[in-house]
Amino acid sequence: MYSKILILRFPGDVVHKPIVCSLVRDYDLTFNILNATVFPRKEGILVLELYGTRKNFRQGVSYLKEQGVHVKNAEQEIKRKEEKCTHCGACTAVCPTGALSIQRPEMIVNFDQKKCSVCELCVPACPTRAMKVRPTNYAFFE
Amino acid sequence: MKEHKINKTYQEINEKIRSGEVVVVTAEEMIDIVKDEGPVEAARRVDVVTTGTFAPMCSSGAFINFGHSVPGIKASEVWLNNVPAYGGVAAVDCYLGATQPCEDDPLNKVYPGEFNYGGGHVIQDLLAGKKIHLKATAYGTTCYPNRMIEKKVTLETLPSATLCNPRNGYQNYNCAINLNKKTVYTYMGALKPRAGNANYCSAGQLSPLFNDPYYKTIGLGTRIFLGGGTGYVTWHGTQHKPSADRTEKGVPVTPAGTLFVMGDLKQMRPEWLVGVSIQGYGCSLAVGLGVPIPILNEEMAQYTAVSDEDIFTQIIDYGHDYGNGISKTYGQVSYAELKSGSIKLNGEDVPTVPLSSMVKAREIADILKKQISEGTFLLGEPQFTLPV
Repeated sequence: MYSKILILRFPGDVVHKPIVCSLVRDYDLTFNILNATVFPRKEGILVLELYGTRKNFRQGVSYLKEQGVHVKNAEQEIKRKEEKCTHCGACTAVCPTGALSIQRPEMIVNFDQKKCSVCELCVPACPTRAMKVRPTNYAFFE
Repeated sequence: MKEHKINKTYQEINEKIRSGEVVVVTAEEMIDIVKDEGPVEAARRVDVVTTGTFAPMCSSGAFINFGHSVPGIKASEVWLNNVPAYGGVAAVDCYLGATQPCEDDPLNKVYPGEFNYGGGHVIQDLLAGKKIHLKATAYGTTCYPNRMIEKKVTLETLPSATLCNPRNGYQNYNCAINLNKKTVYTYMGALKPRAGNANYCSAGQLSPLFNDPYYKTIGLGTRIFLGGGTGYVTWHGTQHKPSADRTEKGVPVTPAGTLFVMGDLKQMRPEWLVGVSIQGYGCSLAVGLGVPIPILNEEMAQYTAVSDEDIFTQIIDYGHDYGNGISKTYGQVSYAELKSGSIKLNGEDVPTVPLSSMVKAREIADILKKQISEGTFLLGEPQFTLPV
């Protein structure tokens, strides 16, 4: 099962259309609404986590875009600013998944993003502030 | 006086540096050389051993002269990017300390505080060529009537800026654990409860003072790598404690000697003086420091061959004991064990966490080695060595 948190922005002229329900009926996707607001100028914002197969997910997102909905990825990831990291190792005290680990005997601090659970504990623990939270972005959203 | 088989002077070694015949190795390379060839042969062949360390060193800062204005001011209070500097020196001189937080910092009001910007960061920003906002206030005198100035300064426009660190390069440091039931945030990093991790902060076998444990070659005038430029040892550092307990080889097993170092900030680099934020503790400055050790005789060759297996430190509880002045050790561990990734404490494995960068320490030792080999860095002969 594939899932992602998305921010959907509905322009005033589409906000009245039943769109999201089609994700379930036509694309076999399920969702959990995390936040929803309609603004005074009728623009709507919907934050939801969308679940399904990768293929259905991609087709569902294309459908949303065809309907005039702006789709943004709300998920975050941790990135390391390589030029700021001094390889001191302080972050390895707090990293719960071993994504930040020390390569011995060189004592290089490695960051394996695949192991990162985005708990963000390393962000304030890094003395030089080399660890940054940023939204993830994949090509098919653009 | 003990006779040595090999005897070299600073002048002879400097002559070899000038002529390009000098043999320089790093303190890590020296270990195997002495193991394979013995100290006498090693002393015959090697002239200089380079060391290095890169870690937060809180007792650091800079004397800054920001130039006279018209009308003149005798600054009482000074801020650089809103970080207070000490203004109780002459008219436009001040001392900016590395651990001074920015004036509006929330500190530890929401624990643990982040301490995002302080004196150490200002020093790094100056080195990066950034414009720094300077403000000074005064009570006004006949000779210095001005009561307030504000201006932008850069390292280039400052008449002088001198890095002046009263205590750097600690010869050994504690290994910190937390026996409390809650995580604590200390200057030794985050410490998880019930000895969840053991943090340490030394370059071990590459650290300057471990390679000259009795300070036989280090004193006033020793030329060093400091913050990416050249600096000098000018005194023994504050809290210098040569009387600490030592192993048979002379290596102290608790914090011992320290260095007072200085250098012209204008030739230093932002990669080697890095402002740091220590969660729950405060701001500081990570300092890159490297001391070349002249191999004057086989005794120095033997000292510089020290390895992590021969260097020990004490496990100290920072959850309760340290803050309350209780000097109780929960065991002695070697840097070889610490660097392996885990130590044994009461039969249990405790993961270890370094705070001192070995990657940067090696880079410093390599830079010094290259500079000496290429003849661009000569040894400074001390006027006198540090107290033993």
